[in-house]
Amino acid sequence: MAEIIVITSGKGGVGKTTSSASLANGLARRGKKVAVIDFDVGLRNLDLIMGCERRVVYDFVNVVQGEASLRQALIKDKRFENLYVLAASQTRDKDALTKEGVEKVLKDLADDGFEYILCDSPAGIEKGAFLAMYFADQAVVVVNPEVSSVRDSDRILGLLSSKTRKAEAGERVREHLLLTRYNPQRVEKGEMLSIADVEEVLGIKTLGVIPESNDVLDASNKGEPVILAGESTAGQAYDDAVARLLGEDRPMRFTQAEKKGFFGKLFGG
Amino acid sequence: MGLFDFLKTKKNTASIAKERLRIIVAQERTSRGAPDYLPLLQRELLEVIRKYVSVDVDAVKVDLVKDGEHDVLDISVALPDGRPATA
Repeated sequence: MAEIIVITSGKGGVGKTTSSASLANGLARRGKKVAVIDFDVGLRNLDLIMGCERRVVYDFVNVVQGEASLRQALIKDKRFENLYVLAASQTRDKDALTKEGVEKVLKDLADDGFEYILCDSPAGIEKGAFLAMYFADQAVVVVNPEVSSVRDSDRILGLLSSKTRKAEAGERVREHLLLTRYNPQRVEKGEMLSIADVEEVLGIKTLGVIPESNDVLDASNKGEPVILAGESTAGQAYDDAVARLLGEDRPMRFTQAEKKGFFGKLFGG
Repeated sequence: MGLFDFLKTKKNTASIAKERLRIIVAQERTSRGAPDYLPLLQRELLEVIRKYVSVDVDAVKVDLVKDGEHDVLDISVALPDGRPATA
């Protein structure tokens, strides 16, 4: 049985696509057969972050509309042979996706032996976001420690508990909090919401905390998901999140401000 | 953090953010799932009541309350002290 996971947030620009790419790569690196689908029709970007933008021939909409087979549209990752990308259409409008069409694609992927299907949701709470979450078993809610992101995420949590297939069947989508752009120094100074603050307001448990890092931009520049940058704290934090998604118990890392030495304290920096 | 930072008084803005979020999120959760017509109903009720009694804008409260299996429309009107207005 395939596990369908939506990566969502409500607010744009918080790191959904970055997180989708890294989680997909992390799961694939652990040997899972993974498909990651870009639901942002008209504003495709997952292909760039995954580094496969020049190999998109057919897309998700082509498959939903019956213009291409799933096999033709799935782009095999160049690093992991058990990882596939389904790109969003760049030219069609978002009404090109239908609930039945999406359901069929997900079912075909499951029948094809995919163990994890990640749905990279567009921002907002319109059709694309709704379709990305509708069939989900689990949801990774990407949140920046900042007021508008937290509020929008609560809105998304409301939709997850009412407008999904699970909710309609009286079940629950398993919700996880993924805090991104976390800056422990600023949290320590009382300038930024802490992990506990966000958990308390939203009432969900943290899957991972990704520290703010220059490596994220480096990674997207190169089209190489940050989780593959072994030295990177953000990459390691994503790998921890993947491990927790698979049921491992790992302590949070990179969530404490680094202690400065005497001279550091004296002169700042 | 430098030598003279202690001279600057800085507000703990994270705690302000948390408090604001706690309030707005709680408020939005209670109105979640409520029918769209509630605000309009509230406004029209207020207009009708104001024909007879002079009340404040926030005197009329319309809430959807769950009572077991049923949804109950809970309307409360706070009348001003003293005599009702004569119309």
